[in-house]
Amino acid sequence: MSFLILIVLFAGLGIVLGYAAIRFKVEGDPIVDQIDKLLPQTQCGQCSFPGCRPYAQAIANGEADINQCPPGGEAGIAALADLLGVEAKPLNADNGEETPKLVAVIDENTCIGCKLCIQACPVDAILGAPKQMHTVIAAECTGCELCLPPCPVECITMEPVVKTLALWTWEKPENAAQKETS
Amino acid sequence: MKLWRFNGGLPSLAEHKNESTHLPIETAPVPSQLVYPLRQHIGNAATALVKVGDYVLRGQKIADAQGLISAPIHAASSGTVSHIADHLIPHPSGFSAPSISITTDGLDKELPPSGQPDFRQLSAADLVSLIREAGIVGLGGAAFPTAIKLDNQSKSRRIDTLILNGAECEPYISCDDRLLKERADKVIEGVNVLLHLLGAKRAILAIEDNVPSTFKAIQTAVNQNNNPAISAAQIPTIYPTGGEKQLIQTLTGKEVPSGGIPADIGIVSINVGTVYAVQQAVIEGKPLTSRIITVTGEGVTTPRNLEVRIGTPISTLIDVCNGYTQDADRLIMGGPMMGFALMNDQIPVVKASNCILVASKHEAVTEKQAMPCIRCGLCASACPVSLLPQQLYWFSRSEQLEKAEKINLLDCIECGCCDVVCPSHIPLVQHFRYAKSALKVQHHEKHLSNVARERFEAREARLAQEKADRAEKSRAKKAALKEKPAKETIDAAISRAKAKKQNPSEGEG
Amino acid sequence: MHFLTSNAPFIAPQNSVQRMMFWVLIALLPGVITMIWQFGYGVLFNIIICLMTALAAEALMLHLRGRPILPFMSDLSAVVTALLLALALPTLAPWWIPFIGALIAIIIAKHLYGGLGYNPFNPAMVAFAVLMVSFPKSMTVWMLPQALQVDSVSFSDLISLVFQQQANPELIDAITAATPLDTMKTQLGLNQTIDEIRSASVFGSLAGTGWQWVSIAFLLGGCLLLAKKIISWHIPVGVLAGLFVISFIAYMSEPGLSPSPTFHLLSGGAMLGAFFIATDPVTAATTTKGRFIYGALIGVLTYIIRTWGGYPEGIAFAVILINMTVPLIDHYTQPRVYGHK
Repeated sequence: MSFLILIVLFAGLGIVLGYAAIRFKVEGDPIVDQIDKLLPQTQCGQCSFPGCRPYAQAIANGEADINQCPPGGEAGIAALADLLGVEAKPLNADNGEETPKLVAVIDENTCIGCKLCIQACPVDAILGAPKQMHTVIAAECTGCELCLPPCPVECITMEPVVKTLALWTWEKPENAAQKETS
Repeated sequence: MKLWRFNGGLPSLAEHKNESTHLPIETAPVPSQLVYPLRQHIGNAATALVKVGDYVLRGQKIADAQGLISAPIHAASSGTVSHIADHLIPHPSGFSAPSISITTDGLDKELPPSGQPDFRQLSAADLVSLIREAGIVGLGGAAFPTAIKLDNQSKSRRIDTLILNGAECEPYISCDDRLLKERADKVIEGVNVLLHLLGAKRAILAIEDNVPSTFKAIQTAVNQNNNPAISAAQIPTIYPTGGEKQLIQTLTGKEVPSGGIPADIGIVSINVGTVYAVQQAVIEGKPLTSRIITVTGEGVTTPRNLEVRIGTPISTLIDVCNGYTQDADRLIMGGPMMGFALMNDQIPVVKASNCILVASKHEAVTEKQAMPCIRCGLCASACPVSLLPQQLYWFSRSEQLEKAEKINLLDCIECGCCDVVCPSHIPLVQHFRYAKSALKVQHHEKHLSNVARERFEAREARLAQEKADRAEKSRAKKAALKEKPAKETIDAAISRAKAKKQNPSEGEG
Repeated sequence: MHFLTSNAPFIAPQNSVQRMMFWVLIALLPGVITMIWQFGYGVLFNIIICLMTALAAEALMLHLRGRPILPFMSDLSAVVTALLLALALPTLAPWWIPFIGALIAIIIAKHLYGGLGYNPFNPAMVAFAVLMVSFPKSMTVWMLPQALQVDSVSFSDLISLVFQQQANPELIDAITAATPLDTMKTQLGLNQTIDEIRSASVFGSLAGTGWQWVSIAFLLGGCLLLAKKIISWHIPVGVLAGLFVISFIAYMSEPGLSPSPTFHLLSGGAMLGAFFIATDPVTAATTTKGRFIYGALIGVLTYIIRTWGGYPEGIAFAVILINMTVPLIDHYTQPRVYGHK
């Protein structure tokens, strides 16, 4: 008798849960989109994947670790760890270091208009045409450095972004504890 | 008149007004060089109208407003434009920015002023345009283009209250106080212009209750003016009662909605110095070329208020006040709570400069040993915006900037009340300023990465499309080859080949 | 002329941790003096041992953690912890009770959690609770008020009691007894009525003989702290209100079986707890509404432990238990920000 009651009870609860799963389903971002939103979109390939979206896909599939992205840096790893509920770890040093943002600059005296860098740029940030001067649109350059290897005359250099008043930040104050342990 | 009380604040902050209020305003001489940074207001920088070598007169427009949220700049004396180049600007970053420099000729020739004493004949739109052309921005320190504040067209509702902000709550600063003591009649004339412009029902001129003689002067001017819509109010001296949001709450009990402007609740608040500039522009026809600045502190020999041509280097002002004393340790533009320190005195004063405080070591404490937070909550009790500075501190320190934003970091007015009461001497305002600017940079980087993603995806789509097109073309070609061509086509091809064989020189070579 | 730059605000800070702690010490003086007047010099032993141990422990821990010793020690927070612990401990406890207590308070309850500002539990109360649970017998050697002592006790007797734990057993009987709270609880358990219990000499007109004056002295000290704005009224009023309301309800419903609210408010550590212990800023709630709730919860829980719990005095355990709920209280009592609904 009590066995029957339990069966009925569990069946009832199961029906309620099933109904709730369908009726109250929340359409959220698939996890790949959420991970991709946190990546810096440099499309540099330092993580060994051809772009940020494939890397996001690999993280979602459990094929890649969260610490492979140098442009995202420690902050990026922390954000991914937060999203996925895992431990943050240090950046994988084999892939590169976290550096301040650099943009590519083409030396116009040396450029031969060969178009190879234009084909390499993952975000179409280089303007130009065959046998015409090529130039990097600094605002669109993500600093991925993929244009450097193809250039046959090595006319591209990476320069730090010019600091402007609009993006100037106040300095973070040190705190007493940090001061003393150094 | 009924008054309300905002949360917190510092009622017993030492005022230090007497040092500079006992002397009347002195007119500072025109310096040999006037420098005008092109951005001296909120919004887009102005664009230069003059070139190097041009001769300009006082009141002549030398840079024009760029876009809606911008303001023109006028020369404060006659002379020749010597440079249009980067010059050190009065900004805590210590950066330089494009500025127009004028070498004055000492003749001080002026463009003939074209006042409109009969301003009631003008429409609101005309008056707003006049005020905009005069280059008037908020002289209380914010430097927001006043014309936009006064433009009724863009408002969601009617303005019923005009508040004139004479509550100079920050210690040391007394320029508005001297202005009201000496020129209250002109200020009230300016109030009349604004009342007419806005169609507001009433105007309240508010000052703190620590200057009773100034209140008397205002009341005299108000009575003489005989406009029943204008009244004067004395409010309790509590820092930061002169902050726009706190002043509105004190006088009307209403709160400006977060992210909104006072016009959303039918109120416009204007600093009394700006009102004086409006009177000068509309009634006397003079664009904004000078303002009153307090030069004070133990580091200057004779602290007092000066009427200064905008663009004057700070060193000129110090000279008028009989130079530095032995104790001069910091050069602060603004007051001791919200001002910022400058590196040298060659920097020019701009429209928003209301005070130069040359502080001694004991007036400006510069090194504080920060202890750990003891969670006493005095910061939250002092915050005029009812924020939780303690929580904001924990989040800012640990770089959890989104969490700080969620508990309303962006509502912080950076008044410094929490900083001053903290028993552990934690530099709270610095933390919040850092967090706000880091958040701005973070949002900007997020925006850049969104754009990069879109460009990448567009490129991928384009490449995929090109690939698909090529595949389609070659598939079509292959399909075409598979079909047996018509006999006519083959015959035509054979005859073409024969023709070529007979004329080998054609087409080759 | 060139200048160095620094950051606003430039005004010298008006307050400091040292100033706050200093006034707490001043406010404790009336209570200390009254204790000496009513109970003799025994409490001084506690104070001296606790102080010296606490300061030594603080210096040692700061050194081990690589922090600057002088700035942190001169904020007087260890001194306050030591004094509060000394006042909470029984006056004739053996010397190693305050010694171990001070070590637990400073090393374990304060520094192992991160030092000043980071400990979740009140250090003095943690030490008291640990001692209470570990050494129950030694923690119940309370002295009788001098008015009630049969023989007077000399200084050398005190020294031998505290330091050598040797003394005439008759002397110990003559000068020690259970506290008024303990007596009340035991007798109520033996089904005596309040009137019968109150007729014993250990009870005075308001509460316990001697103890009532000590509590009033702490109340006066607390008022000094309020006047100097070192503490805000929310926590003390919360604690006393919580304790008052629940004891009032019980008293009204069963006057013969429940002690009066006055008795509760002026007995044991209620006044000391309300003004000095619960108001410890590091472990208390931070929002104003939250503080009142925090205080009220402590008051109610103290009554519950006193009446139905295993110990005669509940303030120490109440404070520690409610310390645990502080993050929750803070989360749900956030103030409305200007300009938001």
